[in-house]
Amino acid sequence: MDYETLMQILGSTVRLGTPLLLACLAGLFSERAGIFDIGLEGKMLAAAMAAGSVAAMSGSAWVGLLAGIGASMIFAMLHGVASITFRGNQLISGVALNFLSSGITVLVAQALFGQGGRTPPLDGAARFNPITLPFADSVKDVPLIGPLYEQVISGHSILVYAAVAFVPLTWWILYRTRFGLRLRAVGENPAAVDTAGVSVKGLRFAAVAITGVLCGVAGAYMATALQAGFGREMTAGRGYIALAALIFAKWRPWQALGATMLFGFFQALALRPDVVERIAQVKIPVSALDALPYILTVLVLAGFVGKAIPPRAGGEPYVKER
Amino acid sequence: MTLMKHLLGAAATLALTGGAALAEPAIIFDLGGKFDKSFNEAAFNGAEKWAKETGGTYKELEMQSEAQREQALRSLAEEGANPIIMTGFAFGDVLNTVAPDFPDTKFGIIDMVVEQPNVKSVVFTEDQGSYLVGMMAGLASKTNTVGFIGGMDIPLIRRFGCGYAQGVKAVKPDATVILNMTGTTPAAWNDPVKGAELAKAQKSQGADVIYAAAGGTGVGVLQTAADEGILSIGVDSNQNYLHPGKVLTSMMKRVDNAVYDAFKEGEDLKPGINVMDLKAGGVDYAMDDNNKDLVTPEMKAAVDAAAEKIKSGELVVHDYMSDNTCPAGSF
Repeated sequence: MDYETLMQILGSTVRLGTPLLLACLAGLFSERAGIFDIGLEGKMLAAAMAAGSVAAMSGSAWVGLLAGIGASMIFAMLHGVASITFRGNQLISGVALNFLSSGITVLVAQALFGQGGRTPPLDGAARFNPITLPFADSVKDVPLIGPLYEQVISGHSILVYAAVAFVPLTWWILYRTRFGLRLRAVGENPAAVDTAGVSVKGLRFAAVAITGVLCGVAGAYMATALQAGFGREMTAGRGYIALAALIFAKWRPWQALGATMLFGFFQALALRPDVVERIAQVKIPVSALDALPYILTVLVLAGFVGKAIPPRAGGEPYVKER
Repeated sequence: MTLMKHLLGAAATLALTGGAALAEPAIIFDLGGKFDKSFNEAAFNGAEKWAKETGGTYKELEMQSEAQREQALRSLAEEGANPIIMTGFAFGDVLNTVAPDFPDTKFGIIDMVVEQPNVKSVVFTEDQGSYLVGMMAGLASKTNTVGFIGGMDIPLIRRFGCGYAQGVKAVKPDATVILNMTGTTPAAWNDPVKGAELAKAQKSQGADVIYAAAGGTGVGVLQTAADEGILSIGVDSNQNYLHPGKVLTSMMKRVDNAVYDAFKEGEDLKPGINVMDLKAGGVDYAMDDNNKDLVTPEMKAAVDAAAEKIKSGELVVHDYMSDNTCPAGSF
C-alpha cells in the first residue's frame, strides 16, 4: 500500500468514524451514569430526519443541527422518563425507542415532503460543507506531513472537528469536575451519592440529556454533512457498532476515540478490497472485514484483551430507601 | 316463471360481476421501499399507470423486514387479491411454498423464476442494458477508469456489474473497471453513507464514471459523484433528473411495464417465464433533457449500433447468472 492510498483510507476513516465517535461518547455519558442506552441508533435516526427536514425547509444547516438535537433530546427524555422516573427496564425502553424511531421518521418525512420518507436533497448553506484548513493547499507537497494534513486532517465538515474536541472535553468533565465525579459515582454506587445529599435522578437525567445532544450531532452529521438529506434507516446499524466500541473502549473517552477510529478504519478498509488483497496476498471477503468490530468486541467481552467491567449500577433503576 | 328466470339470471350476473370486482390486484414492494427512486418505485409507477387508465384500485404492501414475507403473501391471497405481483428475487423461496396453497390465485414475481403452474416469472436481461451503459461509460471516461457499485452481493447484481464491465471493455479494452459491492445483507440496499464513501474510494482510484445498481444506496453514490464533479449512471428508473447534467444516463429496467402488463392481464395472468430483453423493450438506456449535453452523437451512435446487434443476436452479452463467472472483471 502506497502512502497516498493510506492517506485516502485514513480520510475515509475519519468520515466514517465520526458518527461512531459521537454516538459512542453519547453512550459513555449515559452508561457511566448507570443508564444503559441501546437506543443510540434510534436517537441518531430521529436526529438525522429532523436535521434533514429542517435544513431543507430553512435552508440552514445550523438550524437543522438544532432541530436534530431537539428530536434526539425528545427521545432521550422519553428514555429517561421510562427508565429513571418509572424505573422501567432500560433495555426494553431502548429497543422500543429504536422501533418507534424507525417508523416515525419515515412517517414524518413522508407527511412533510411526500417523497417516500426521503427528505429533498440539500445543497449550499443547508449542508455542512467540508472546510479546508489554513495552508492545506500550500503544504500538500511537503513529503509525509503534507498529504496527511491535506487529506486526513483538513477537508472535513465542522462537526468532525467538534466531535474530536468532545473527546478531551468529555475526559475533563468526567475526571476533573465535581459533576463528573458524581456522574461516575451514580453509575457505580447511587446509594452513596444519595446519602451525600445529591439527587440521583437529577444526575441521571443530566447524563441522558447529554446523550441526547451528542446523538443529535451524530444524526445531523450523517444527514447534512456526509449525505445531502435523510433516507429511510440511513444510520444502518451505526448505533450498535458505537455500543460495541463503547465496550471495546471500556467506557473511557480517549479509548473511545481509539476504538471508534479503529472501527472506522475497518469500515474504510472494507471499501477497498483491492488494497486488502494486495497486502494479504489472498482474497479476503468484504463481509469478514465488516464483521471485525463485532469479533473484537466479543474478544474483549470474553476477557481475552484485558477485562471490560461495566459501571456497577448500570441497568438497575435506583430505588430510594425510605 | 319467466320473471323468475330473469330474476335468477340477474342475480347470477350480479354475483359474477360482484366477484370479479372484488378481486383487486395487489403488489408487494421489497425492502428497498416503495419510493427508492429506483426498482420499487418503477413498479409503483406501473401500478399507478394501470390505476389511472382503468380507474381500478389495487392493494399494496411494503415489506419492513425479512420475516414478514410469507405472512404478507398469505394474507393478501386470503383476502382474495388476484393477481398478486411481488418485486424482488427474495420472494422466490416463499412464493414456491405459498403458491401451491392458493391454486386459484395468480402470482407474478419480478427478477426471479418460480416454476409453479399459477406463477408468472418476469426476468430482465440486465446484462444487456448494463452493457449499453457500460459502453457509454467507457466512451465518456477520460481517466480510462470507471466504477461499479452494487447493492447486496447477489448473482443478480453481479449480472449488472458483469454486463457493464463487458460494455466498457468493448469500447476501451485496456480500461480499468472497479467493481464493488455495498454489503452482503439487505441493509446494503439502504446505506447511502456507505455508498458515498465507496464512490469517494473509487474516485481516489481514478474512476470518473460510476454506475450504481444499489437501490437506495445509489442515491448516496449519485450525490457524491455530483459533489465530486464526476459522472454517475443511475439504475432501474430514469434517475437522470436527480442531478441534471451530472448523471450520464440511467440503465432503465422497465419494471413499470411488467407490473402494468400483469395488472392488465388481471386474473388471466399467463403463467410461465417472461424474459424482458432489449428486443422486448425490457431494458434500455435513458436519454432526456438532463443528459443530452453529456452524450455526444458519436457515443449515441455507437451504443445504438451495439443495441441493434444485440437485438439481432449478432452480439451476445455474457450473462453472469448462466455460469457464475465474468470474463470481463472479477468481483
